[in-house]
Amino acid sequence: MALTAPPLADVTASADTLRRFLRGLPPVDQVGAEARAAALATRSIKTTAKAFALDLAVRMVDLTTLEGQDTPGKVRALCAKARRPDPMDPSCPAVAAVCVYGDLVPVAVEALRGSGVRVAAVATAFPSGRAPREVKLAEVRDAVAAGADEIDMVIDRGAFLAGRYLDVHDEVAAVREACGHAHLKVILETGELATYDNVRRASWLAMLGGADFIKTSTGKVTPASTLPVALVMLEAARDFRAAGGRQVGVKVAGGIRSAKDAIRYLVVVNETVGDDWLTPDWFRFGASSLLNDLLMQRRKLATGHYADPDEFTID
Amino acid sequence: MPFEYAPAPESRSIVDIAPSYGLFIGGEMVDPVDGTPFKTVNPATEEVLSEVVAAGPRDIDRAVDAARTAYAQVWSRLPGRERGKYLYRLARLIQERARELAVLESIDNGKPIRESRDVDLPLAAAHFFYYAGWADKLAYAGFGPAPRPLGVAGQVIPWNFPLLMLAWKVAPALATGNTVVLKPAETTPLTALAFAEICQQAELPPGVVNIVTGAGDTGRTLVEHPGLDKVAFTGSTEVGRQIARSVAGSSKKLTLELGGKAANIVFDDAPLDQAVEGIVNGIFFNQGHVCCAGSRLLVQESVAGEVLDRLKRRLQTLRLGDPLDKNTDIGAINSAEQLERIRTLSEVGEQEGAERWSVDCPLPDRGYWFPPTVFTGVSQAHRIARVEIFGPVLSVLTFRTPDEAIAKANNTPYGLSAGVWTDKGSRILWAAQRLRAGVVWANTSNRFDPTSPFGGYKQSGFGREGGRHGLEAYLDV
Repeated sequence: MALTAPPLADVTASADTLRRFLRGLPPVDQVGAEARAAALATRSIKTTAKAFALDLAVRMVDLTTLEGQDTPGKVRALCAKARRPDPMDPSCPAVAAVCVYGDLVPVAVEALRGSGVRVAAVATAFPSGRAPREVKLAEVRDAVAAGADEIDMVIDRGAFLAGRYLDVHDEVAAVREACGHAHLKVILETGELATYDNVRRASWLAMLGGADFIKTSTGKVTPASTLPVALVMLEAARDFRAAGGRQVGVKVAGGIRSAKDAIRYLVVVNETVGDDWLTPDWFRFGASSLLNDLLMQRRKLATGHYADPDEFTID
Repeated sequence: MPFEYAPAPESRSIVDIAPSYGLFIGGEMVDPVDGTPFKTVNPATEEVLSEVVAAGPRDIDRAVDAARTAYAQVWSRLPGRERGKYLYRLARLIQERARELAVLESIDNGKPIRESRDVDLPLAAAHFFYYAGWADKLAYAGFGPAPRPLGVAGQVIPWNFPLLMLAWKVAPALATGNTVVLKPAETTPLTALAFAEICQQAELPPGVVNIVTGAGDTGRTLVEHPGLDKVAFTGSTEVGRQIARSVAGSSKKLTLELGGKAANIVFDDAPLDQAVEGIVNGIFFNQGHVCCAGSRLLVQESVAGEVLDRLKRRLQTLRLGDPLDKNTDIGAINSAEQLERIRTLSEVGEQEGAERWSVDCPLPDRGYWFPPTVFTGVSQAHRIARVEIFGPVLSVLTFRTPDEAIAKANNTPYGLSAGVWTDKGSRILWAAQRLRAGVVWANTSNRFDPTSPFGGYKQSGFGREGGRHGLEAYLDV
């Protein structure tokens, strides 16, 4: 499969052509983008629409643990939760994936075998991205060899902010190649890019480099995902496809804790890029505590009242 | 599977519409002397909401007399600080009853609850708060050490923002020490009548605010009444001209806020996604029933195709329907008469050779509806580029150079507002200096604030409302 269709093929021919292309993208007006996101956040999603959105959101969750204190036991527990988020409710769907550090991939693969839940591994010196490229690529190959279905890489924000766009692009392309059959999610760490113009450019860079998904944040930097950032990235994915590129998914991660927030993101997806992106194949939530609020709201919708938080498992 | 939003209607049980209303004169709801009843309907369903009075000449006499008495005996003698207290009280009561007033506004006017809730009501309350603050500081407003009020003001307001236009008229008039007789529009009297109740709740001295309902005849009788010192009108240029004629030669002071045919100018370096939002907000906000609507899109030819593609894609996501549904973007056209005007002008657009494109969405069976519509291939010579349509109809024109953009934008008898979309700050300032419009929005549209003056050039009227400038219209300076 060609990574970039003919209309976009020349863009990455040299550092100059790439820079000119990225600077030629329509600018983003900060006030306008934030106002649009805020307007969409006022949509009122009730009853059947809410039930639909909650189930969809559960199916889109990348259940994540990325801590120094992660152990095989913790990962196995998380995998059990991923398979059956609400053990008391068989109608509750499984989540999309479990996201862990590379060394814990074998544990997750074992625990999720036969479940359909995918294993995602962060790589490329997550979260800072500060390591020699060979080290990053070795990390990717290792995680893929261990059975990871998806790789969440970070871009080199230092290179991006220094204007070395082609370096960022080439690194994404190299990781893409190292991924083999595994899906590649490219984390932009939008909190460090600071402007929406940068978010739009980095989104295009990642997509031109071969990303299957573009992802907002590592979750280790504040601010993490915000609604306007997601809006700008979705617009980029929409425009990339319209320009002859592939369809690229979007993952929002970090700081999304409530079902209400998740539904707001789904509204932004719905009214920016539409149905095509409203499946776990094309939109994901990277989160941990979000899942329990989704489950609680799901139960509330079914029974009419809130359950005790201890009705839901902590992991 | 599509993500369908379930109906999310705002409850209308919060409003209590009486089967009939009288006139608010001298602090009380009174029966008319020579007025005749007429019905007000919900434009989204054609359901009759209530019966109101078309006030007759003798009713107007009574109202003006009540205002004169209140002016002479109470209001003009009150210190500014006391007037301010009443205005703050009115502002707080509007806030407290905001949900009820928003629902009532949407029922009577047809505008989406999202807009009445998030725009009309907050702005109406903010206007009262703002002018309440001026009431005791008039000596520092730059109109001399002790500026005097004018006396009794006759105010006639339109149907597009009924309560907000009431706030724009009543708040500065009261803050400066005038008393008022206000006539709301024929099709949207209900929030003004609810405001009458709020005046009673606030224990505003009787006669300071009088509200007489009715249509054009009532409005004419009011503005021609010899007992007025001031006439303020917001509405069509045609009626504004008649009023200017009738007031000429009298001692009445006059301010007019009339029509517009604003240009939204999109340069090739504009933030396109946000420009599209601005275009949508500019012309489809409030079904295009906005005097400062960006009804002409002037887009640089080099990006016209891209902008139109994005615009049409965006328009397909607009949700048209029940004004009380919290997810509705486009509500009902305010009246059968207005709908007819929009239809006629759209047909003229087609006949004159412009290409018509409408959003493909089902329209409700009952009520007055018109789908968001875009005309491309429009030139300056087309009537749809010159006449104010006052509906959800956008005329798209192109330009090649910045000078041409300004020339086309100014080539209209109106001059109320304009918009500039560019990433270049210097070009914004360059354009704003050359656009003959009372308001120039840069990279945004339809933004309002009580601190900011609003008003027109040329046939869009004269005088300013809002801000410090808005005080001048009600002071003897």
